[in-house]
Amino acid sequence: MAKKNVTQEKKETIIEIKNIIKKFGDVTILDDVNLSIKRGDFVTLLGPSGCGKTTLLRLIAGFDTPTDGAIFIGGNNVTMLPPHKRPVNTVFQKYALFPHLNVFGNIAFGLKLAKIPDTSKPAGKNGKIPTRKWKKAEIKEKVEKALTLVGLEGYGHRDTNSLSGGQQQRVAIARAIVCEPKVLLLDEPLGALDLKMRKEMQVELMNMHRNLGITFVYVTHDQEEALTMSDKIAVMRDGVIQQLGTPKQIYDEPQNAFVADFIGESNILSGTMIKDFVLEFAGAKFTCEDKGFGKGENVDIVIRPEDIYIMDADNPKGMLKGEVVSVIFKGTYYEIEVKNEGYQFTVQDTASWDVGDKVTMYIRPHDIHVMKKAKTINSFDGVIKGADSVQFLGATYEIAEQADFEAGDEVTVKIEFDNVELTDHPEDAPLSGRVTDTLYKGKYYQVQVYVEDADEFFLLNTNVEWDNGDQVGILVKAEDIQLEKRTDSTETAD
Amino acid sequence: MTKRTETTKKIIARSIVIGMLILLYFPLMLLIVFSFTPSVAMGSWSGFSFSLYRDLFNNSRAMEAVRTTFLVAAISSAIAVILGTFTAIGIFNMKKNKQELSLAGTQITVINAEIVTGIAFATLFVAMMNINIPIRFGYVTLVIAHVMFITPFVILAVMPRLYRLNPNLYEAGLDLGAGPMKTMFTVVMPQLIPGMISGFALAFTISLDDFVVSSFNTGHLNTISTWLYNSRQGIPPESRALSALIFALAFIALVVLYIKNKKSQKAFRG
Repeated sequence: MAKKNVTQEKKETIIEIKNIIKKFGDVTILDDVNLSIKRGDFVTLLGPSGCGKTTLLRLIAGFDTPTDGAIFIGGNNVTMLPPHKRPVNTVFQKYALFPHLNVFGNIAFGLKLAKIPDTSKPAGKNGKIPTRKWKKAEIKEKVEKALTLVGLEGYGHRDTNSLSGGQQQRVAIARAIVCEPKVLLLDEPLGALDLKMRKEMQVELMNMHRNLGITFVYVTHDQEEALTMSDKIAVMRDGVIQQLGTPKQIYDEPQNAFVADFIGESNILSGTMIKDFVLEFAGAKFTCEDKGFGKGENVDIVIRPEDIYIMDADNPKGMLKGEVVSVIFKGTYYEIEVKNEGYQFTVQDTASWDVGDKVTMYIRPHDIHVMKKAKTINSFDGVIKGADSVQFLGATYEIAEQADFEAGDEVTVKIEFDNVELTDHPEDAPLSGRVTDTLYKGKYYQVQVYVEDADEFFLLNTNVEWDNGDQVGILVKAEDIQLEKRTDSTETAD
Repeated sequence: MTKRTETTKKIIARSIVIGMLILLYFPLMLLIVFSFTPSVAMGSWSGFSFSLYRDLFNNSRAMEAVRTTFLVAAISSAIAVILGTFTAIGIFNMKKNKQELSLAGTQITVINAEIVTGIAFATLFVAMMNINIPIRFGYVTLVIAHVMFITPFVILAVMPRLYRLNPNLYEAGLDLGAGPMKTMFTVVMPQLIPGMISGFALAFTISLDDFVVSSFNTGHLNTISTWLYNSRQGIPPESRALSALIFALAFIALVVLYIKNKKSQKAFRG
């Protein structure tokens, strides 16, 4: 649907976030975030819990100040401006209504404090515009209007405690928009509501956004909500924006395996580009619409479950043979798991198949999304301890006998994802950490381990399934640790 | 479990509660009954009369002591509520480890023997006099000492309200354009009022029946407790009338609080 408010002026930038870094103690929450938001847009910050999305919103609201970087709202640098002086208002997840005030009192709170330009008085000396407060009658009118907007006419006298969760959130929204902010910040505002109420409120929020023309910045971990409501989505992970784009871009052209996995169900596999437009995965060759990769380059491949077609095993169009291992009815479609040699594909199909059916699968070339592998090697700063040991991330590892470096030399330590082993007994390994993410890549899992003492992530590929939160020890064989001389200016490329 | 053992259990539980209440109230009832007889010796009945009450109101020393006690309790509790509330807010906003340490630190007069607190303040006031700070034992010293030893109780009463506060409430106030001070008074404070009221009630009663701290810091003034203690001829019979009146006041306060609680619970359920 086209937006109503496409006015003659080109959409200007209303929020500009520049190189924002936020640390709490030693932990980095936001790592060099840049984001610019256009006036009138509905922008969603989407990501799993702990990705930094709420922190980013709180920085825009002014409840926290960044460790480094700057925030501009409407062209003004507000980085150090306290929240009560910023032209933004916030809707909190747990409503945060004032319990001692009734609905009217809550909504009128901001209006009673506001100072507006007084046109009845002449401008003062040095061009200062005189200000006044809202009159009682004006406040009453505005509050009633806001109540109507959120569908709560006649609720002004009610005690906020007597309202349902949905009604309380409506009051919270009315309380924020009645101040006519330039930007409305919403921190998982529907998180505490039940599913039906959430769906209703989604539609109402979208209508409000359209009618008010205010910029919305919306935080959620619910990808469906983000896809439904937003003009733009910023997918975040570990304090970094992974991708910024329209819902369609994010869904159809995910920039990396994380985005693909987080946005909707997907099959994520590892494959190899044979040449432009041809690649290999799951033991078969496919044509695709991607080019520009190196010959033989390892890539990540994403295929959405609804883009795989299941056919009888003898169908000549079939590309991948497999066996149905599970079928679940999901209301409007069936979710079918098809096992092919090493990988289990998730397929959504309107036709049902039986478990044990031998089938073949077909995938259209433009539904195969090829992405550069983000990283295949860990690289850390280290110091040589002796002829057979190196120290990095605060731990000492044995290395193969070498004569290139002397004790005290600064080096870059490189360890391939495939060469890392995890153990259940952290005390047996030089370095220990906590599993923070696992991603099934077909045939293996890519696991991310957070090393708290060093505030760094260790990535590895393994056949063993680990759970988030597992405490693990990190083992690397001496011969798998590669050392490179570290020079100050050159950054070691992957 | 059979139905019978269930009922036996209930009966036992009930009789324990009723027994408890009788134990609590019987001496008080006895006191009230004996406040209506003029006999000087305690526990002997010499006919019904209001004479003890008349004597009480005619006893200028007694009335003076009553006035002093209530005045000191009212002033020091009012100061303690203000001081205690702000201290609680301050402690609440500290970092976790400092918060626990500070909270424990403020509770020293709760845990410490009252006699130590009393002597400590007396020592302080004497030391002040010795370096010519114009202070005399009387109202001022009494109020200062009382404030210091009842404030921790206010902190204890306000703290739980702070912990139950929605952490976004303060931010919501800022967000809507109120400065930090304004938000503190118009958003946070109103949420603490129930805690402040119970803190005041607690502080008031503790100040009211304090003897130990008062006796060291009162000078020539008499509070009810020091008046009773200083009476040469044992406990004066009018004290029975006074005690009965104070009990009546406390009982009324209890009933009022109970009814108010009931009402607010009803309102909350909507």
